[in-house]
Amino acid sequence: MNAELRQVKTAAEQGLADAFAAARGSLPGAAAVAALREAAFGRFVAKGLPHRRVEEWKYTDLRALMREAKPIAAPPGVPEKAQAKDAGGMLGSLEARRLIFVDGAFVAEMSDLTALEPGLTIGSMADALAAGEPLVLEQLSRPADDMALALNTAFMGDGAVIAVREGVALARPIHLVFLHAGKPAAIYPRSMVDVGRASRLALIESHESADGRDDQVNAAIDLVVADDAHVDYVKIGAESSKALHIASLTALIGANARFNAFVFTTGGAVTRNQFFIRCGGDNSTIRLGGVSLLKGRQHADTTVVLDHATVGCQSREVFKAVLDGASRGVFQGRIIVQPKAQKTDARMMSQALLMSEDAEADNKPELEIYADDVQCGHGATAGALDENLKFYLMARGLPERDAEALLIQAFIGEAVEGIEHAGLRDALMDEAVRWLGARV
Amino acid sequence: MSLLEIKNLHVEVGGRKILNGLNLSVEKGQVAAIMGPNGSGKSTLSYVLAGKPGYTVLEGEALYNGESLLTMPPDERAAKGVFLAFQYPLEIPGVASMTFLRTALNAQKKTRGEPELSTPEFLKRVREVAGKLGIEPEMLRRSVNVGFSGGEKKRNEVLQMAMLEPRLCILDETDSGLDIDALRIVSEGVNNLRSSDRAMVVITHYQRLLDYIVPDVVHVLSKGRIVKTGGKELAHELEAHGYAQFAGEAA
Repeated sequence: MNAELRQVKTAAEQGLADAFAAARGSLPGAAAVAALREAAFGRFVAKGLPHRRVEEWKYTDLRALMREAKPIAAPPGVPEKAQAKDAGGMLGSLEARRLIFVDGAFVAEMSDLTALEPGLTIGSMADALAAGEPLVLEQLSRPADDMALALNTAFMGDGAVIAVREGVALARPIHLVFLHAGKPAAIYPRSMVDVGRASRLALIESHESADGRDDQVNAAIDLVVADDAHVDYVKIGAESSKALHIASLTALIGANARFNAFVFTTGGAVTRNQFFIRCGGDNSTIRLGGVSLLKGRQHADTTVVLDHATVGCQSREVFKAVLDGASRGVFQGRIIVQPKAQKTDARMMSQALLMSEDAEADNKPELEIYADDVQCGHGATAGALDENLKFYLMARGLPERDAEALLIQAFIGEAVEGIEHAGLRDALMDEAVRWLGARV
Repeated sequence: MSLLEIKNLHVEVGGRKILNGLNLSVEKGQVAAIMGPNGSGKSTLSYVLAGKPGYTVLEGEALYNGESLLTMPPDERAAKGVFLAFQYPLEIPGVASMTFLRTALNAQKKTRGEPELSTPEFLKRVREVAGKLGIEPEMLRRSVNVGFSGGEKKRNEVLQMAMLEPRLCILDETDSGLDIDALRIVSEGVNNLRSSDRAMVVITHYQRLLDYIVPDVVHVLSKGRIVKTGGKELAHELEAHGYAQFAGEAA
C-alpha cells in the first residue's frame, strides 16, 4: 500500500485530503454510503489528481490546473437562495419544470414540484443517501476508474433523483438549475435519472454563477434509459470564466431507445465534460453533440467514451468549438465496438474554428473495433474562418464582425441542429448569438 | 461628375503587377462593357473595386461619386451602392439564402442610417424579385448556393443585386458557365435593373453576353490598362478578329 502512495502531494491534493477528513462525518448517508465514499477516496489517494501522463486527461492536466482545493460549500441561507430566483432564465420560454440547486443543495421550496405528472417522482439525492435508497446505492456501487467521478462519489452532497415510470411521455422538460451563490466553494452535485421503458423525457442541466467567482464544481449524473425510451439531455455551462467545472455523464442505454445529449459551454476557466455511454440493448440511436464558445484563456475539454456493446446501434457525434483569444478546445472521442456489436454504425466529427492565432485545438479520436461487420468513421478539422466567404459577405454589406458572426453561426448550426427539441435548439442558438454579439 | 472615375491605377497581387495605369470613367445610366483576354486584369479590377483583401494599390485612385473608394472596407462600399456579381459565387453552408439576403439588406440600411425593412415588406419584395428570375421559394430556404447549378448561382447573384439596389453594378464574367436559357434569364434580370441613376460595368471575355445586355460603351482591357474604347460594334469586331491586335499596344 505504501509503495503506491506518491511521495509528493500537491497543495490541491493535500487540500482535498484535509477536506475529506473534515467532512466525512457530516456528508449525507449512513454506513453503506460512507463505505462507498471511503473506497472512492482511497482510489483518489492512490492515484492523485489526473495529470498529462494519464492518457484520458492528457490535455487537461488537473494536477497543474487545480492550484488549491476550495472548502466544501456551506448550505445556502436565505440571501443565497434569493439569488436563484431568476436562474436558468435563458430557457424561460420552454416552461420547463425547474428544480433549483443553490451551492449544490436542492431547494425544494423554490422548485416546481406541483402537479407532478403521474409516473414521475422527484427527490433529493441528499435525502436518498440518508435513507439508503437501495436503487441509488446499487448505482453508486459500480466503481468508476475515472478520478473525477471517484472524487464526486467521495464528496457528493446533493442532487436530483428522478424516476419516470414506464410508458410515461413527459411533455414538460425538467430543468436542473444549478446556481452558485455563497462563498466560492467546492460543489459536488450528484444526480440520478431513471427513465422507464417507452417513456419520454427532455432533461436540461444548467450551471451559472456571477462572473469572477472561482468555484470548483464536480458534477455527475447517472442516467438509465430503458428499452424504447427517448431521452433528450442538454447541459449548459455558463459559469464564471474563473470557475473549474468538471461534469461526468454516465448513461446506460437500452434497446430500441433514442438518446440525444448535447453540451453547450461558454463559461468556466477550465471545463471538462465527460461522457461515459454504454449501449446495453440492440438497435438504439445515439446522438451526441456539443458547442464550446471560448475566449480569453478558457479551456474546455470534451471527452467521450462510447461503448457499443450490442447489435445494430447507430451513433452520431458532432462537436464544434469556436476558439477566440488564447483559448483551448480539446476533444477526445473514443468509440469501442465490442466483438458482438455487429451492424454498429458509428460516426464521429469534431471541428474547431480558430478565431485567433493564439487559440489551440486538440483532437484525439480513438476507435477500438473488435467486430467485423461495422461502419465506424471519424473526422476532425481545425482551421480559421474562410477569408473568401468573409469577403463575400462583406461585399454584400455585412460589417466584418457581423460577417464572422454569421459564418460562426453556420459553423455551430450543424451541431445545434442535432438537438431534436425545437425550443431548446432555438434557445441555444439565441445564446450563441448573444455570445457572438458580445465579441469585441 | 462620373459615377466611377479610375485614374492611373496600378495594382499588385501576390508580388505580380496586374493593373498598369488603368484609366476608366463610367457615367450614371451607362452600361460599360470591359472586354479582354485571359490574364488582362479583368477580375483584378472587379476585386479591387469591391475591396477584396490581398490586392495592393501601388499608385492611382478610384473615385466613386467623387469619394475615394480604395481605402473603404468592403461593407462600406456595399452600403454606398457598389455591388460585385461574382464570377464564382461562393457556397455558404448553414446560412439560408433568405437569412443572407435579409441580413445583408438590413446591414446596408443600418450603415446608411435608414430604417430596416419589416418582415412582410421584405418577404413581399423577395417573392416578387425571385419570381421574375424564376427562383423557386424552396431555393431561398436552402443554404446560399449550396448544391446550386452554375445558372442558379448566377441567378442568385442577380437576385441579390435586385434586392440590394446598388448604384454601381460590377458583373464579373456573369455569362461564364451559363447555357443559353440561363443566359437569357440572367440578362433579363440585369436589363430590368438598368436605370438612369445606375451604372453597370459588364466584364466579359466573350461578345455573346453583350447580345443580351447591350452596352453603351465597350472598353478593351489588355495587360492591365484600357487600350481601346468604342461603341457596341467594337464587341463584334473583337469577336471577329480576336484580341491579338491589341496585344502590342499596352506594352
